[in-house]
Order: sequence, then structure tokens, then C-alpha cells
Amino acid sequence: MELHGVSLAFGGLQAVEQVSFGVAPGTVKAVIGPNGAGKTTLFNLVTGFLAPQAGRILFGGVAIQGRPAHRIARQGIARTFQLVQLFDHMTVLENVMVGRHRLSSSGLIAGALQLPWTRTEEKVIRQKALEALEFVGLADRAGQPAAVLPLGLKRMLEIARALASAPTLLLLDEPASGLDAVETERLQDLILELRRQGITILLVEHDMGLTMEVADEIAVLNYGKLIADGPPRAIQKNPEVIAAYLGTDWQG
Amino acid sequence: MENFAPLLQYLISGLTNGAIYALIALGFGIIYNATTIINFAQGEMVMLGALCAISIYHVAPSLPLAFAGAVVLVTCVGLVFERLALRPVKDPTPIALIIITVGGAVLIKGVAMLIWGKEAYALPPFSGNDPIHLGPATILPQNLWVLGITAISVLALEAFFRLTLVGKAMRACAYNTRAARLVGIAAGRMVQLSFGLSAALGAGAGILIAPLTLGVYDMGTMLGLKGFSAAIIGGLGSLAGGVLGGLVLGVAEALATGFISSGYRDAVAFLLLLLVLFLRPQGLVGGRK
Amino acid sequence: MTRLWFLNRWVLFAVVAGGIAAFMDQDYYYTLLNFIGIHTLLVVGLNLLLGYAGQISLGHAAFFGLGAYTSGILTATVGVDPWLALVAGLAVSGTAAFLIGLPALKLRGYYLAMATLGFGIIVYIILNEASDLTGGPSGLSGIPSLSLAGFAFNTPRRLYLLIWILLGLILYISANLVNSRTGRAIRALHDGEAAAESLGVDTFRLKLKIFVWSALYASLAGSLFAHTLNFIAPSSFGFMFSIKLVTMVVLGGMASIWGSLLGAGALTVLPELLTVFHDFEMVIFGAILMAVMIFLPRGLVRGILDLYENRRYKRQGGSFPV
Repeated sequence: MELHGVSLAFGGLQAVEQVSFGVAPGTVKAVIGPNGAGKTTLFNLVTGFLAPQAGRILFGGVAIQGRPAHRIARQGIARTFQLVQLFDHMTVLENVMVGRHRLSSSGLIAGALQLPWTRTEEKVIRQKALEALEFVGLADRAGQPAAVLPLGLKRMLEIARALASAPTLLLLDEPASGLDAVETERLQDLILELRRQGITILLVEHDMGLTMEVADEIAVLNYGKLIADGPPRAIQKNPEVIAAYLGTDWQG
Repeated sequence: MENFAPLLQYLISGLTNGAIYALIALGFGIIYNATTIINFAQGEMVMLGALCAISIYHVAPSLPLAFAGAVVLVTCVGLVFERLALRPVKDPTPIALIIITVGGAVLIKGVAMLIWGKEAYALPPFSGNDPIHLGPATILPQNLWVLGITAISVLALEAFFRLTLVGKAMRACAYNTRAARLVGIAAGRMVQLSFGLSAALGAGAGILIAPLTLGVYDMGTMLGLKGFSAAIIGGLGSLAGGVLGGLVLGVAEALATGFISSGYRDAVAFLLLLLVLFLRPQGLVGGRK
Repeated sequence: MTRLWFLNRWVLFAVVAGGIAAFMDQDYYYTLLNFIGIHTLLVVGLNLLLGYAGQISLGHAAFFGLGAYTSGILTATVGVDPWLALVAGLAVSGTAAFLIGLPALKLRGYYLAMATLGFGIIVYIILNEASDLTGGPSGLSGIPSLSLAGFAFNTPRRLYLLIWILLGLILYISANLVNSRTGRAIRALHDGEAAAESLGVDTFRLKLKIFVWSALYASLAGSLFAHTLNFIAPSSFGFMFSIKLVTMVVLGGMASIWGSLLGAGALTVLPELLTVFHDFEMVIFGAILMAVMIFLPRGLVRGILDLYENRRYKRQGGSFPV
């Protein structure tokens, strides 16, 4: 995935300005920066919830900027949200089953009539969804309404749902916020395991400990501009980054 | 120019109805600005205004008293409605609020039918019924009352929102409830105030139009929907938009009555609404959302 | 899963409906049941849209009316076969829904409510005004009954068979739908449109599909209605009827197929049981809408079940066996 000179302004506010960086397949890249630096906006641009006013976003060599979100999702880009967005009135399992949407095809009428091949597909959906739940350790909660889960498990469920869509690129928007130390550690293991499986990950995170542990590379945004991009050690020593973070405790 | 006289006549009646729609639209806008709620019961406030004024006038035949009494009564209904129907809602999704306020509208209409029955009642015009000749067309004094009071109300509202502290606070709430709360504006109060104010406006509209159309328990539904249409046509939440939307709607209706058929009058109004919704959902004067 | 066959709700539905058919002897009750059936059809359809997909329609009576009048005009005036007319009704309503939905479903919340409401009122006015075609306010009479292989559905009892068998099928199809891939996507877009999009769900297209689908139910109900009464008038298809349908959905429970049967049943029977109901009709419908929505937003039965379930979750520390 590559960004080339991506820009977006809201009214007079330049939210993202001429940002360019790449994410190598199979690596974890973190995007950090002070609040309001444009990190979530950047995520929304990559996933099609916003369209850039300038610049190109390439995924697998194809320009995807400005396409509607569902079409970008169908190319294999999945995401989680800063404020967890689950389907509250559905069960844990059903939430993950929606994740299989792009990989299945039964339409409205086929579903209503329960045609034989629909049933077969349904079995596969259920099986894959259960596997995803198993992977994040939520299998025993499959039948519960998603709304009753505690926040830490909700974040896990959101990741499981994204994973069910078998993404090649996974965007995690502050997955550790609201998690306790134990849960954060589990999240860290999970991210590393996903990388081992070959999934490319783009991560926005405030927890510097976690970021330093999992990231192969870090991009730093400040006021919508990219001010540094490189391996964690180099970033930690970058004077511009230190200046941007001046007065904030980020050493982790 | 044989067609000029009827055209002028349609224009006069269209502008009069349009002014009424504008008043109702302003009521929608005020609540929407303070709460982002659309109060589908707004039209019933119009009906209550008309019928209350008629009842008061029946007991004590003084128009100023009937006007004031009805406005006060209906304002109370608006406040009670906000307190009982909207404040207890735990999960205020737009759908829930639409259903609740639609329910409120039906309930108020039902109660009004129990109180006043299905008959239509008359309220005497504010100052006689002698038509005033205006070139080839005539205009009733009541038409002038409607246009005049609407104009005064709009100016008063504009002044209220621009010049008074409370008005400014209400606008602040509309822009950003949380920030408003931070600087010490009681958002809850503003919500109450908005419901009271728009009920009063609705009641005023009802009293103004009662001498022209009679007051009846089911008059509010269509007036409310037209008022809301006017608000959307002009641009939801904009004062000037509401007025413009009301007048456009009123004139379009009157012309449709004159040149197509009176049966399709309401259809034209809602066709206009659909056109605006589909082609320019931010309304005629609304900016980008 | 081991389930006793007689606890299966479909078997229960068939047994109860069949039992009624076998043992009841008064036409009046069949007529009442037929209206419950027709209303349930409408309410299930609206529930798919309002309860499951979270998209409001305040003009659903229009699709009911389009179905009824297409059937009525084609059979009574033109002399087309009733079944063909019914299909034509589906086509008319479906097309209308598609054309209205295309722009309207881009809008949200209040705007969608207003667009559907406006559409409903326009259709109502046309039914009244285009009297050459529709018979105007005094209605359209002489609509023949449906018949199948020489068996005419022309008595309340025979109609009961037709309507309730169809209803059973529609309920079955609807229950399948909500538990299918598309059904999950529909419920997902209700709870979180952005999240659904992020998983590859084309939410706009899906809304349009379910809007049209829901209009088809209403149209089918309208055609059955026309052939049941053999007479239709615009007053059955006005704004208040759209509101009544929403009330039935809300009372029975948003996003509940079986609740639709309950909501439609209760609000069809109630006015018949209480003769005073007529005067209080609006007060009661209004009060139900508000009270249920404020205090039991998931409907009567589910609202009460929720109170119990919540206790159970709390008692078990936020978890319960699958």
C-alpha cells in the first residue's frame, strides 16, 4: 500500500497535507502523532470513508482513492474503529459472520428461499466465523449479544470481524485504547501473530510501548504533515518528532 | 392582461398561506436548531392554538384575550410535551424520535377530537370582513393581519437570536451543545425554551388562520406537514430559509389551485418537497452540510 | 440441536391456523382473521424495512394502495385475470418503490421520513382525484374474487385458507431472510452503517433492495385486500393507515417477525372488541406509539423479556451459556 501526496482540507483546516509513505507487504506500520494530527482522517482516506482532494492511494499497484468504502473493503482492506462499532443487536457470532460478506454471494431472494447452495455457503460462513472467534479467544461467547461484552472483548470482536473478511491489509485505529495491561499484552501477541500469517497491518496507536514492540516502521504526523518515517529506533531519536511531542510522555 | 387579476388574487392567497407555513416552519427550525429533533407534533400546536382561541372567545368575546390566552395555553402544552414525551427517551435515535413525536401528534389530535368533536368552528376576523380593493384584486383585512404579524414575528425572532443573551445562548447550543455547556449555558433550559417558543409560534399561526379557514381538530396534520415541507424547502434550521420556503410553498400551491385543480393542491406541495429533497436536500438557502 | 418437533413455531403456526379453520363456524371471525392476515403481511414487510434495516417509511399505505388499485382496476375495469393483475400490482409497486427509493434512500432520518410521507400523500391524492381511473373518493367496486382451478375464494372461510397459507409462506420466507447473509447485512447497516460498509456491504444498494422488497409485501397485501372486499376506496390508504402500520410494528416489536403477527393481531382485534374504541382510536394509537417507544423500545413482548434477560446477564456476571 502506498500513499502519494495525499491531501484533504475541511473548510480552512488542512487535515492531511501532502502525505506520502508506503507499507511493505507483511509488515506492521504504525502512524503516530499528537491528537488532531490527522491520523484517523488518514485511515478514513485509505478505507474510502473520505476522498482525498489531491494525491493517490495505491493498493496492490491500483489507485483506490475516492472509491466508495464497500468497494475498497472488497479488495481486501479491513479496519477497526477508534470508537468500537459493533452490530449491537446481533450476536457475537453474527457480527463476525457479517465479516464474511465480501467472500460470499447469496442474494436477498436466495436467502429468503434458502436455496440449497445458500445453505452450503451459510455453513462455510459459520465455520469461518467460528474460526475467527476461536483465534481471538471469543468462541465461548458466540451466542451472546455483542452489546453485553466488556470493552476489551468488544475490541477483540471487532478485530475478529475484520479478520473474517480475510484482509490482506488490516487497519487498526487505536486498538489498545481502553484496554488494561493484560489485554494490551494479548493484543500485542495477536498483532504479531497476524504479521506472522502475512497480513499487512497499519496501526494508529497512542500506547507507545505497544507501538514500539510491534511496529516495523513508524510514520509520524503533526498538523496533517508527515514529519518522520522510519524504523522505531530512528524515530525515537528524531529531533523533529521529539519537538512535536515536547511535554508529552511518550517514551513508554 | 385578462389573466392578471386572478393571478394577483392567487398570489395574495398564496402569500397568506405561505406566511402561515413560514410561522410553522420557524417552529420546526427553532426546535431543530436546539435539539436536532423534528417535532412532528408541531402541526397539532397550530390546531390547538386555533381551537383554544375559539373556545376562549366563546366564553369571553375579546380577541386579544383569546389570542394571548391560547398562546399561553399551547406554550404550556409544548413544554409538557417536551417534559413527558422527549426527555425520558433513553436512546434518542432519529427513528425513535420520529415515532414518538408522530405518536404525540396523533394523541393530541385524538384528545382534541374528544374535546371539540369533529365540527369546525369559526373565529371572527381580527378587524372586520370588508374586502380592500387592490387594483383588480381584493384582499381581506385578515390577510393583512397574517402577513403583518408574520413579518413582525420573524423580525422579533431575528432580533431575539441576534441581540439577546438568551437568543445567543440558544444559537450557541445549536452549534455545539458540549461547548455551550462548558461556558455555562444550561442546554436543558434551551431545549425547553425552544419547545415553548415553537409551540407559541404554532399557536399564533393557528389563531391567525382560524378566521380564514375555520378551526377543526384535524387541521393540524396537513398544516404541520406543509410547515415542515417549507422548512426543508428553505433549508432546515435557517430562519430566512423557513420564511422563503413557506412563501414559495404557499404561492406554488395557490397557482396549482388556480391553474391545475384544487384537488391537486396538496399533491403539488409535496411534489415540490420531493423535488427539493432529491435535488437540493440542503434547501434553497442552506449551505453545504 | 435437539428440539421437540411440536415446539417448532412453524408447526405450531400450522396447527393453530388449521385448528381454527376446522372448528370455527362464524363468518365474522374468519373475516377478522383475514384482516389480521393482511395486516400482518403489511407489518412484516414494514418491519423488515423499519425494524431490521432501520429505514423509516411513513408512506407505506401507498404501496398497499398501489397493489390494491392495480388489482382492482385491471380486474374490474379491464377484465384481466386476477392473478395476473396481482403480479402487475407487484410490478407497479416495486417500480414505484425503486423510483422513490433511488433518491430518497440517500437521505437519512427525518428527510427519509418526510420523503416517504410526501409520496404517500401524493398517491392518496391521486387515488382520490383521478376518478376516471380509480372511481374517486366513492371507490371502485365490482372487483372479482380470486380463484384457483375453479375454486373461488369468495367466502370468508375460503379466503381464510388462501390468506393464511400465503401468510405462513411469507413469514417463513421473511424469517429465512433475516437469518441469511443479506439479512445479517441488513441488520448490520441498521446498527452501524460505517462498520457494514467497512466489511464490503453496499449499504445504499441494500437499503434500496429492502425498500422495494418491503413494498412488494404491501402490494401483495393490497391485492388480497381488493379481492377480499371486492371493493376499495382511497380512505383505506391514507396517512393515518401508514401510522397505524408503524404502530403495529412498534407494538409487536421492531425487528421481530413473530412480533409483527402480534402487533397486527392486537391492533386489528382491539377496535373490534371495544366498540367505544372508535372515538378513542387516535388517542389509543398515539399513546401506544409513544409509551412503547419511550419505555419498551423493542416492543411489548421483547421489552418484557429484555427486563428478564438483563437480570440474567447481571446475575451471571455478564455471561451466559451458548
